[in-house]
Amino acid sequence: MNVELVHIHKSFGVVHANNDISISIKSGVIQGILGENGAGKSTLMKVLSGFIQADSGDILLDGKAVRINTPSDAIRHGIGMLHQDPLDFPPMKIVDNMLIGHDGGLFPNRREVSKSLKELQAQFGFNLDPETYVDSLTVGERQQLEILRLLWLGARVLILDEPTTGISASQKEKLFETLKKLAEQGMVIIFVSHKLEDVEGLCHKIAVFRQGSLVGETAPPYNTDNLVEMMFGKVISLDEKTRLENCEPAMEISNLSIEDNRIQIRNANLTVNCGEVIGLAGMEGSGQRQFLRALAGLMRPVGGDLRLSGKRLTGKPYHSFQDAGISYVPASRMEEGLIPGLSITEHFILSEDQSGFFIDREKAVTISRERINTFNIKGEPVTRVEALSGGNQQRALLAMLRTPLRLLLLEHPTRGLDIESSIWIWSQLKDRCKQKTCIVFISADLEEVLHYSDRILVFYNGKVSQPLDAAATTVDQLGQLIGGKGFQC
Amino acid sequence: MDNNTLVGLAGILASAAPVVFAAIGETITERAGITNLSINGLILLTAMAGFATSVTTGSLLLGFLVGALIGAFVSLIVAFSSIALKQSQVAVGFVLALMSRDLSYFLGNPYMGLSGPRVPSLPIPVLADIPVVGVLFFRQDILVYSSYILIAVAYIFVFKTRPGLMLQGIGEQPATAYVRGANVNRLRYIYTIIGGALVGLAGPMYSLSVKVGWKGTITGLDGIGWIALAITIFGGWNPLRAAFGAYLFVLLQWLGLVLQPSLPNIPSQVLQVAPFPLMILTLLLVNLGNSEWVDRTLAGLPEEVRRLIAKVLRAMRTTPPAALGIPFENE
Ligand SMILES: Nc1ncnc2c1ncn2[C@@H]1O[C@H](COP(=O)(O)OP(=O)(O)OP(=O)(O)O)[C@@H](O)[C@H]1O
Ligand SMILES: [Mg+2]
Repeated sequence: MNVELVHIHKSFGVVHANNDISISIKSGVIQGILGENGAGKSTLMKVLSGFIQADSGDILLDGKAVRINTPSDAIRHGIGMLHQDPLDFPPMKIVDNMLIGHDGGLFPNRREVSKSLKELQAQFGFNLDPETYVDSLTVGERQQLEILRLLWLGARVLILDEPTTGISASQKEKLFETLKKLAEQGMVIIFVSHKLEDVEGLCHKIAVFRQGSLVGETAPPYNTDNLVEMMFGKVISLDEKTRLENCEPAMEISNLSIEDNRIQIRNANLTVNCGEVIGLAGMEGSGQRQFLRALAGLMRPVGGDLRLSGKRLTGKPYHSFQDAGISYVPASRMEEGLIPGLSITEHFILSEDQSGFFIDREKAVTISRERINTFNIKGEPVTRVEALSGGNQQRALLAMLRTPLRLLLLEHPTRGLDIESSIWIWSQLKDRCKQKTCIVFISADLEEVLHYSDRILVFYNGKVSQPLDAAATTVDQLGQLIGGKGFQC
Repeated sequence: MDNNTLVGLAGILASAAPVVFAAIGETITERAGITNLSINGLILLTAMAGFATSVTTGSLLLGFLVGALIGAFVSLIVAFSSIALKQSQVAVGFVLALMSRDLSYFLGNPYMGLSGPRVPSLPIPVLADIPVVGVLFFRQDILVYSSYILIAVAYIFVFKTRPGLMLQGIGEQPATAYVRGANVNRLRYIYTIIGGALVGLAGPMYSLSVKVGWKGTITGLDGIGWIALAITIFGGWNPLRAAFGAYLFVLLQWLGLVLQPSLPNIPSQVLQVAPFPLMILTLLLVNLGNSEWVDRTLAGLPEEVRRLIAKVLRAMRTTPPAALGIPFENE
C-alpha cells in the first residue's frame, strides 16, 4: 500500500505542530522520521493513525483520499500504530488481549486465535505463550505482541513511535529483522526515533522535522553530521568525556539487602565519592530500580546500612533523606515527578522551601521566568506541565531540584530526549558534580552509561556486580554482563 | 443431614438471592470503571417502591419493574455526574445513598405494615424430588432460580464473550479500549444502568419475597448495600466469587440466628450485627497480601514456608479494575 500525506496542518492553540507537511511513502519502504523534541513527529503519526484529526490536508492510501477519524478507522484501513508505552491490558491473558476490539460473534474462539497467533509468531521467530498474562512480559515482548496483533488485524502500514527505548539489545535486533521482513512483504513501516544509529541502520529514507515543518528528506548513504544539522539547524558535537577529581567518600552503602515480591538483592556494597557518577546497568527489572529507590529512602531495605557523610540514614523516612540532601528524579515524569494540571510556576512554588503561608505570586512568576530562561524550557510560566514536550518536562524537573545537593538519583535521565537536550541535561548534571554532588543513575542506553559514568554497577536478576571502571569497559563487555554472561558477584 | 438443617440451608440460598443481585450488579458497574456507592439507599428505596407498587396494583411484576427502573435511574445520575460533569463518584454516590434511604422512609410511611402479595414458591417438577439437592435448590421461588441464572450469565458474559472482554477493557485501560474501537463513555453509561437495574431488583426481592412487607426503619435492610459493596471487593470483581461472598454473608447471618438459643450470655443484638464486621474482617484477610508489612514479616520466615504463604495470599487477594473511579477523556 502506498501512503501519501498531503499538506497536513495541525495546531494546538498557538503551537503550529504540523505546518504544511507533505510526504509520500511507497509500498515496501521503511521510512525514518527524525526531529528534535517537539518537532511534531508524534503529531503527524497521530493524525495518520486516527488519534487526532488534522486541521486541513489529506491522507491518500493507494491514491484514494480517506477520512480517518478514530484509531479503529485507521486499523480498518490497514494502518496500525505501536505506541511508546504499549497500549494493552496488563492483567489479562495474551489471547484475551488479542480479542479485545476484534470483530466477530458473541463467543470468540480462543483456540483459533491461539493457533493463528502461533502461526504468525513462527514467521518472525517470536515465542509468546498465548495463555500467559501480559503483565508477565517484558516491554520488548509486549511490543512484539502488539505487532503481531496489528498484523493479525490486517495492518499494511505499521507506525512505530520511539520503539527502541525500553527494550534490550537482542530484542532490538529481532525487531529490526522483523521490520525488514515486513517491508519485503510490501508493507509500509514508519519509524520515529531519536537514535540516529537506529534510523540510519534501518531506514530506506529519512524525513527530518524541525519546529512543525518538514526540513527535507534524504536517502542513503547518510551523513550523521548532516542529519544533525538538519534536525537542529546547527552543528552539534558530542561533549567530551570528562572525569572530575573525586574527593572524600560521600555515600556509603554496606551489606544492603532489599526485597520485594519480585526481586531480592543481598549484601550490596558501594562507596560513592563526592563528585562521582555511578551508572546502574541491567535489563529492566533486574533490581537496579529497587536499589535506587532504597538509596532515595522510598523503599525500606531489609538489612544493611546507608550512611551519608557518616550519618546513618537506614530506616529513616523519605523526608529525612531529602533533608540530608538526597534528591530522586523518577522515570515516570508525569506520574511521580510532575503534577498534571499545575503550571510551571506552581511547580516551582511547591518545590521551594516555603517560609510564608501565602503565595507571593509575582515573585514566583519572576523566579519561574528566570528558571525557564536558564533551563531553556519551551513554555510559559502559566503553561501546564502536561502540555510540555518530553524534553521540556525533563528540563522542568531538573530546574526544580534544590541546591546544594549531596546525592542525586536519576532514573533514565534522558529517555525520549533528543540529542541536543541529552547533551544539555548532562552538562547540567556535570556542573552539579563540580559542586561535589554525587550522581547515581539508571539507564537502558549502554552508550550513555559508558559515556557519563565514572564507575558502573551491573544488575542481573538481583545480583550486583563489583563496580567496573567505565573507562576500561567496552559496550560488548557491558552487554554480555547485562545478559548474565560471566557474572560473578 | 437432617431435614431442619437442609431447610435452613435452602433458606440461605433464598435469602442470599437479593445480595447476589446487588453484588453482581455492582460488580458489573465497577468492571466498567464506575463505583456506584448509592446502592445501600437504592435497595431500601426499591424495596419500598416495589412493595408499594405491588400493593396498589396487585401486580408482582410491576413491583419488580418499578424497582429495576428506579435502580437504573438513580445509577444514571451517578454515571451522568461522573462522566459528563466529572464529579466525584464517591461524593455523589454517598449523597444519593443517604437521600434514597431517607426518601424510602418518608414515602414509605403510608405502606407501613400493610400486608401485600408474596412471590409464590415454584418447585421444579422432577428436579424437586431429587433427595437433598431437590430440597436445597429446586423448591425455591422464581427469584432464587433467577439468581442462579444471573450468576452463570454474568460470569460467562464477563469472561467468555467479546463484549464482556471489552467491559473488562474499559475498566482496566480505557485509553487502550478506546484505541481498540470502544465508545468508552457510552459503554460506561450502559453498564452503570444495567448494574443499577440489577441492584434495583434486590429491593423488591426483599419486600416481596425474603422479608415480605415494608416496616420503615425497622425493615432491617439498612446496611445490606454496604455489605454488597464489600462483597464486590471480596469477590475480586468476579461474579462467581461475588456470589460466594453473598452466600457466606447470609450463612453468617443464619448462624447468628441458629446459635442464639445456645449462647444465652451473648446479647441477641451482637449476633445479629456480627456478620457485618465479620464480613469486613474477611475482606481484610483476603487482601492481607497487599500490605508491605506482611511482606516484611514474611521475609523473616524460612524460604519454603514463605513461598507457600505468599502463594496463598496472592491467590486470595484481589485487585480492582485499574481505572476504577477515574474519568476517561480521549485527547
Ligand atoms: N495535546 C496537545 N495539546 C497541546 N499541545 C500539544 C499537544 N500535543 C502536542 N502538542 C505540542 O505540539 C508540538 C509537537 O509535539 P509532538 O508531540 O508532535 O512532538 P514530537 O516531535 O513527537 O516530540 P518528542 O520527540 O519530544 O516526542 C509540541 O510543541 C507540543 O508541545
Ligand atoms: Mg513524540
